[in-house]
Amino acid sequence: MSDQTTPRPAEDASVLPAQGRSGADVTAKPSLVKEGPDPGATRPGAGRRQQLPRFFPLHQVHSLGLLVVLVLLGVVGTATSGNFLTTDNIVNILTSAAVIGVITVGQTFVIIGGGIDLSVGAIVAVASVWCTTVATQSYGLGGMIFTAVVVGSVVGLLNGVLIAYGKIVAFITTLAMMASARGVAERLSDRQSQVVTVDSFNRIATDKFLGIPLLVYLMAGIVVIGWLLLNRTTFGRHTFAVGGNPEAARLAGIAVRRHTMLLYVLSGVCCGIAAVMLTARTTSGASNLGNLYELDSIAAVIIGGTLLAGGRGSLFGSILGVLVFTTITNIFVLNNLTTDIQEIAKGLIILVAVLLQRTRGARSPA
Amino acid sequence: MKETGPTAMGRRNMLLGAGALGSGLLLTACTSNSNGDADKANVKAASSASGSTPGKHVTVGFSAPAADHGWIAAITKNAKAQAGQYTDVSFQAAEGTNDVNAQISAVQTLIDKKVDVLVILPFDGKALTSIGAQAMDAGIPVVNLDRVFDNSLAYRTWIGGDNYGMGVNAGQYIVKTLKAKGVSKPVIAEIAGIDNLDLTKQRSQGFKDALAKAGFSVSIRQAAQFTADSGQQVMSNVLQARSKLDAVWNHDDDQGIGVEAAIKQAGRSEFFMVGGAGSRHAMQEIKADSGVLKATVVYPSSMSASAITLARLIGQNKGMGDLVEQEVPSSITLFSATVTKENVDLYLPTSFT
Repeated sequence: MSDQTTPRPAEDASVLPAQGRSGADVTAKPSLVKEGPDPGATRPGAGRRQQLPRFFPLHQVHSLGLLVVLVLLGVVGTATSGNFLTTDNIVNILTSAAVIGVITVGQTFVIIGGGIDLSVGAIVAVASVWCTTVATQSYGLGGMIFTAVVVGSVVGLLNGVLIAYGKIVAFITTLAMMASARGVAERLSDRQSQVVTVDSFNRIATDKFLGIPLLVYLMAGIVVIGWLLLNRTTFGRHTFAVGGNPEAARLAGIAVRRHTMLLYVLSGVCCGIAAVMLTARTTSGASNLGNLYELDSIAAVIIGGTLLAGGRGSLFGSILGVLVFTTITNIFVLNNLTTDIQEIAKGLIILVAVLLQRTRGARSPA
Repeated sequence: MKETGPTAMGRRNMLLGAGALGSGLLLTACTSNSNGDADKANVKAASSASGSTPGKHVTVGFSAPAADHGWIAAITKNAKAQAGQYTDVSFQAAEGTNDVNAQISAVQTLIDKKVDVLVILPFDGKALTSIGAQAMDAGIPVVNLDRVFDNSLAYRTWIGGDNYGMGVNAGQYIVKTLKAKGVSKPVIAEIAGIDNLDLTKQRSQGFKDALAKAGFSVSIRQAAQFTADSGQQVMSNVLQARSKLDAVWNHDDDQGIGVEAAIKQAGRSEFFMVGGAGSRHAMQEIKADSGVLKATVVYPSSMSASAITLARLIGQNKGMGDLVEQEVPSSITLFSATVTKENVDLYLPTSFT
């Protein structure tokens, strides 16, 4: 094992300068497998100290760029519509971002871990239909929430098992799931929109605390939990390691398969929660809910600075990505512009973000 | 109907391939809540008219888009149920699809099976024209349902809704109501359906024309995707864009579930809303008169049942009982009735769920 680990520092060195996270994580691994005394110190201390400088490496500059974009959008919005900079509208933007934001948290984990989840929208559909149709709403609030989250997790688990243990490429597995889960949703709902009659459930979308809807708190909470999980726990470090170099991660003693599987479960859980939020927001469960959310969430993750190849990324960036898209949509509607122009603008933003990523990627080996 | 673009088409293709995975995914799929087709289908038992007496056996082939939307689902159900009413009709439905290429293949298969008459609701009328013409050339009369073929050589009879008239009737209702309230410069919002479908353009044009006659115009118009999800998203932004509205026309009642949710969540009620298509949920809302929804303009989903009846008559060389003509007419445009609290009971039975 020790011979095999020797080339790693060299490999890592080539990846390291460009970014903080994965490089530092993988180099931190020898301390995990106890390769003698590390030139750091005790393990917990070393972990912490290596994480601290990661606050401001290059990808954070990327996030900073997104913040600038968001501020610029704010300026454009304020200049073009008097209604933009009102509390109501800001709350509206945040609420619109809530559902896709929660999904994007899961998607960020999956993509950093070297995978992709194309089935998120379909999972939302099947979970929403399950909680409004199969649970027939007769189990009330708790039953509806529970079933939606369970269905999301189960579909995520199925994805995870097929990818990690069945060794089917994530792209194919989740593409198949995207189709079949929506098919199941159509079958379960008999293609009818099930209107939610449980008032306590719909209040998830209408109740406010200090003027801010519960949905926004829910998203914020999940983002914070996700951020802590990604940046402050072994699970998070393993995610970067698995996405950066699965073989090295395996040699470092990480249960790569199990970890990969868990990433899809995590994504499924996020979709289940998002389904609850969306079902409450639209007051209905339907097989066409969450249509094309996979593209929205992947786009947000990518413009947020996460490498599509995995191993490097930022949850903060992903959420900024979601907010950029939501704000653009809002500004376009405020100014009564048509959908086609919105689509063009979104496409251009994704393109620019990917180009930015490529320039950084090209620079990194130097 | 709701999905467009290559991704959606890709998804549909995958659906066929990965169907097995789907059925294995959740074994309980068979616990589907289908309440049986007959109870909610809009069918009319064969009337006493001359055409109803059993005649030559007719095989009717049927092709429509994927039933992923309440209205389209009702179309497929109603067609099937109507065919079941006749002892002399057998019904061959092709798998619904939103991929024009797949629908062409499906129709081709029905032609190869040598059905007697075809009923086709094309996902895109222009794209399906050539296969319609091919069927006609092969001696199979085509009943073109709703979305119109580009060339009248491609069909024997067209029956469908009046999208322009739907817009006109929605507009006229709004004009009448606003005038009665004495509003002179109203702020009118329009939540349209999928913008790249012809039907959406026609609905919007009719709406615009009807408002223009009264000197009114649409202040804000945004397109959604015919889903509750998109309706909610679009409407929540529209409500931010205009702090005061007088009237809203929403093109589609399925999408309207989300539009209404957004209105409730924003706590707005200073305006009234008119829906479109005529879902059971919308009609119940109108009847209860508890929210902003005061009317909906119908786009009858029973048209597919009528199409099956026409197909049978054509197959048997019969005319339509109450008409003087010897044959079935070449074009039948349905009426988009405006359903309000006053007449809702008349239309509730033909609403779709």
